[in-house]
Amino acid sequence: MTDLLAIGTRKGLWLARSDDARRTWTLEGPHLLAQEVAAVSIDTRRPAPRLLAGVQYGHWGPTVTWSDDLGSSWHETDSGAIRFPEDAGAALGRVWQLQPDIAGRPDVVWAGCEPQSLWRSTDGGCSFTLVRGLWDHPHRPDWAPGAGGGAVHTVLPDPDTDRVTVAMSTGGVYVSDDGATGWAPRNRGISAVFMPEPAPEYGQCVHKVAVDAGDPHRMYAQNHFGVFRTDDGGGSWTSIAEGLPADFGFPVAASTSTPGTAWVVPLVADMQRVPPDGRLRVHRTRDAGRSWNEVGAGLPDGAWTAVLRDAFCTDDHDPAGLYVGTRDGCVYASADEGDTFTLVARHLPDVLVVRAARLP
Amino acid sequence: MSVQVVLPGVLADLAGGDRHLDLDPEGGTLAAVLDEVAVRYPVLARRIRDEAGAVRRFVNVYVDGEDVRWQGGPATPVPDGAVVQVLPSVAGG
Repeated sequence: MTDLLAIGTRKGLWLARSDDARRTWTLEGPHLLAQEVAAVSIDTRRPAPRLLAGVQYGHWGPTVTWSDDLGSSWHETDSGAIRFPEDAGAALGRVWQLQPDIAGRPDVVWAGCEPQSLWRSTDGGCSFTLVRGLWDHPHRPDWAPGAGGGAVHTVLPDPDTDRVTVAMSTGGVYVSDDGATGWAPRNRGISAVFMPEPAPEYGQCVHKVAVDAGDPHRMYAQNHFGVFRTDDGGGSWTSIAEGLPADFGFPVAASTSTPGTAWVVPLVADMQRVPPDGRLRVHRTRDAGRSWNEVGAGLPDGAWTAVLRDAFCTDDHDPAGLYVGTRDGCVYASADEGDTFTLVARHLPDVLVVRAARLP
Repeated sequence: MSVQVVLPGVLADLAGGDRHLDLDPEGGTLAAVLDEVAVRYPVLARRIRDEAGAVRRFVNVYVDGEDVRWQGGPATPVPDGAVVQVLPSVAGG
């Protein structure tokens, strides 16, 4: 069995493979050289694993491309996989998220994009349809772009129902209970200190949301300020930042096998955005955020870099693997839930996204 | 009418390897020329314009040597026999 790690950067895609239970990694690439790869997925629900990449040419615009031979060849549709309808009066800015749906819907893939929009594919990611319920939402004129742009950056299909949860910068968390037709904000309890009202219904700058292994209604959110947990599908959120060295950061990840286990990568907010004291570390909770422990032996000191929201992921092993990509082009992998890391790559362009999967 | 579109080398693959396209657009504007490009080479056309019809920010288009930004954009007149040149701008890092 092979473990595959896809590494999307500002100037291309690299693939790393491990054939010895994630102890050593072999790096291969670049693919899609000179293209910004801000979104990647490894879709293992198909007979052959499909790599999907959201790419952005510096001059020639964004698109989605796919490979069914692990990067040897790439394809795109003539008209473009993601294309705003004429009456939308918008053009695709960047693909931020490519999220395969549940195993029982093997042809369904979701895309979160800039400007803030959600898209659904029923052909494995070759072409997408705009989710009008979110695009036409009356709140949309109030959603603002964060420093990185206004985008739906998190898409979480529920494993058991037609519920879909999205998060966007900036706008916050929205939930649909009818398969993405109707949408409602779910931000109660998440702070928005950059807005005049202390507890607005929406407008929060949620950076990333992850779902707990034991309960799809339990989720963790890394906010622009604050780390939060909900136990009721976003109905209300409570702070779980106590014990962290900083409550700012971009990613949050949760174990796919162990309930209550999640990780964040704290950065000093708000104008600095570097690891506390230059020590790049992961912080792990085993009790759904009631307490945190610093882990990450093998991660560097003297590291004045940052880990972006999708440059952090887990795999589905037990114990879970953890993967960290930095803006200074390093990638680290852990096979023991973050206790220890080894270097997979260095001197790459800025790492924007990492995704890991077991290949059959 | 007859128009020639000149492409940069990095886009030639999307036009079957040709850097010089001889087109017969149904209209005398840049939009009509690019519409004809889209019919023949849809992926190439998406590299030049977005789906709202705007020429991409870092793509420069010249009609007989004049930058279309200052000539009317998509409505820039393209006379019979004109040369439409597509060039990537100096940008990036």
